[in-house]
Amino acid sequence: MTDVYAVSAAPHIKQRISVPSVMWQVVLALTPALLASIYFFGTKSLWLTLYGIIAAVITEAVIQKIRKIPITVTDGSAIVTGLLVAFNINVSAPWWIPVVGSVFAIAIGKQIFGGLGFNIFNPALLARAFLVASWPTIMTSGWTSTRLGSISGLHSGIIPSTAIKAQNLITSATPLNVAQQLRDKVFTSGFADNLAESQAIANTIFDKLADFGTIQNLFWGNVGGVIGEVSAAALLIGAAFLAYRHIIEWRIPISYIGTVFVLTYIFGGINGLFSASILLPVFHVFAGGLILGAFFMATDMVTSPVTKKGRIYFGIGCGILTVVIRMVGGYPEGVSYSILLMNIAVPLIDKYTVPKPFGEVKKIAHG
Amino acid sequence: MGFKTFPGGIHPHDFKEFSKDMPIENLPFSKKVVIPVSQHIGAPSKPIVKKGDEVLTGQKIAEPGGFVSIPMHASICGKITKIARFPHPTGAMVMGIEITGNGEDKWVELIDDEKYLDLPVEEMKSRISEAGICGMGGAGFPTHVKISPPKDKPIDTIILNGVECEPYLTADYRIMMEQPDDILAGLKILLKIVNAEKGIIGIEANKPEAIKKMKALVKNEPNIKVISLKLKYPQGAEKQLIYAATKRKVPNKGGLPMAVKVIVQNVGTAIAIYEAVRFKKPLIDRVITVSGKIVNKPKNIKARIGTLFTDLLDFCEGTKEEIGKIISGGPLMGFAISTLETPLTKGSSGLILLNKKDAQIDEESTCLRCGRCVDICPLNLVPSLIANSVRYDDWDAAEKYGVMDCMKCGSCAYVCPSHIKLIQWIDIGKIKVDEKNRK
Repeated sequence: MTDVYAVSAAPHIKQRISVPSVMWQVVLALTPALLASIYFFGTKSLWLTLYGIIAAVITEAVIQKIRKIPITVTDGSAIVTGLLVAFNINVSAPWWIPVVGSVFAIAIGKQIFGGLGFNIFNPALLARAFLVASWPTIMTSGWTSTRLGSISGLHSGIIPSTAIKAQNLITSATPLNVAQQLRDKVFTSGFADNLAESQAIANTIFDKLADFGTIQNLFWGNVGGVIGEVSAAALLIGAAFLAYRHIIEWRIPISYIGTVFVLTYIFGGINGLFSASILLPVFHVFAGGLILGAFFMATDMVTSPVTKKGRIYFGIGCGILTVVIRMVGGYPEGVSYSILLMNIAVPLIDKYTVPKPFGEVKKIAHG
Repeated sequence: MGFKTFPGGIHPHDFKEFSKDMPIENLPFSKKVVIPVSQHIGAPSKPIVKKGDEVLTGQKIAEPGGFVSIPMHASICGKITKIARFPHPTGAMVMGIEITGNGEDKWVELIDDEKYLDLPVEEMKSRISEAGICGMGGAGFPTHVKISPPKDKPIDTIILNGVECEPYLTADYRIMMEQPDDILAGLKILLKIVNAEKGIIGIEANKPEAIKKMKALVKNEPNIKVISLKLKYPQGAEKQLIYAATKRKVPNKGGLPMAVKVIVQNVGTAIAIYEAVRFKKPLIDRVITVSGKIVNKPKNIKARIGTLFTDLLDFCEGTKEEIGKIISGGPLMGFAISTLETPLTKGSSGLILLNKKDAQIDEESTCLRCGRCVDICPLNLVPSLIANSVRYDDWDAAEKYGVMDCMKCGSCAYVCPSHIKLIQWIDIGKIKVDEKNRK
């Protein structure tokens, strides 16, 4: 017998899926959001994104070379990281911001832990936290309005043009920033001459935030924000594709968004519990980075729980932290920090959510 | 219409199109067969013949090696030419009895007991035990043991497994199409033996014609029903089938179906039971699917036990391409074997040939913790964490994540994007945890 046959343990057939195919599908899923960003903010979003991707890929290759391990940049995971770093950056930022962010994400966020599969934190979000801490002005102000409208998604005609401070607010701040400032009663120092009038203007703006027109602007992307979060619609197209391909799973995004929805309905109003309209939680779902975070960051395989129950706890935890930061924290937006904080809890969540095996019994069966 | 099923599972392409419409063909019996003394779970049988003895077809050539064991019979008529170690469909080398045929097919005497259903239960059981029947779905548990539950474990339901959820395999489908009456007769015998009131025949939804045929057959049998099950692997695994059919969960940690008052038998085994009880015919042949993209004429073949795979493949006119891998059984739970000079055993349901390309083994990469294995595990285990625990010699953790409950259906390895050899890690884990618990 000269024939040689492969002998291996079962199974002998496999689904056609691999790490590169997963990563490239994520890249594909993020493409509509990038296109939307180019449409609304101009080609600078494309350049910033490319800088982020190139920096991530080079950093990964260099570190793998130094570590004398195989260079795996073709698996697409560095590209995903670079994309997501750039997606977290304001389009008015200088070119080196995504570069520094991506170098940090790959070097400190990923490779220092041992590379793909071993990192504790979502590398892109860790980079964002680093950038916000290092260059807060660049990262949290200087918002660009989209070519179609305002930064906050609100129309300046909704309040008297004489209310200068209020006008400034709605033309220069992001939707969540407006909401935060109204809730923090910044206006008491004077949207108008007297407190009652100030209050009335504040209420008008707040009502308009949770208005169908504003929410439409948020949904399609006609608001200011970071590169990747601008169009909820484009993100949802990508997310639907990944869900269809079984690359992301419903538990984390749904429990995360559901928690934000419920909590902002209860606590979101500026006049006490349950004072918000039912559209306010919808506003909170589409404003800021929640759609991007819930579908593309919290679902990062490496840094989220593997157990089904664990994913739900993880999503709820992210939701609670997001709402706490949005409502009482110093930042208008809490998606990135909430996911990073929950990343730390993943080993613990996995440990306490090991599922019961099918037919679980306490005693060993006999007979 | 909602099909019954179980939680978890995968949807591989079923590749049944190659052989599902090929009627069962009888293989002209071979010149040479090898009867391994271990074709079942339990003690190997003990040969009672020696080299040079002449045997008739159906003559007993090995006695059971204990209660959990079965006798073996000559599957052709001829001379014992060798008793030695031969390749076995599990990939091991196992003691076997080689018979060289004399060209005739002279049988031991059979009977025809038309009133077989009126026989005393003990006589039925003894005929089954004498016929050397074990489960023909793959695992090969001795049937006479399975149908003799302790007195304090009453059985109320017999489930016949016609699911055949492994890709490529169509042997059970063909026998349901061609011998439905014999299957029903076998089921009636089983119901009588264990005094169960209900019979269920479970068939996967991708075999609508078999479902129709069996349904028509049991129309006037109020206590027997045919259920169609969702197309999903591993629908035919015992615990999953029982759950889909009855919503009962067999306990883990080694629990048996009898704990939930159920016995499951393969449809092929039911025919063997019928033939044993009515005709006293020993189990000396079975239907096997020979298939694969590269097989010239994929077929369902009725062949004598002990027939070498090479004869089966010749009967299918060989392969179009060079063979890369030989699989005995189905592609998800079967064994890759190193030679075609391996005999067909009572549990052989398939012979699948893969080409060089499909036989390539992917390299393992790091676990992404994507949780796909967790999502589909039909036993609700955490395969990735089991594999990781085994990798780092943490046997306690492996046990905690359920390594001992795993039935090795292979679904986790099938879906893993990192191509982690989950079943191999789990196999190591099973051995090591067992060692640890024995101490």
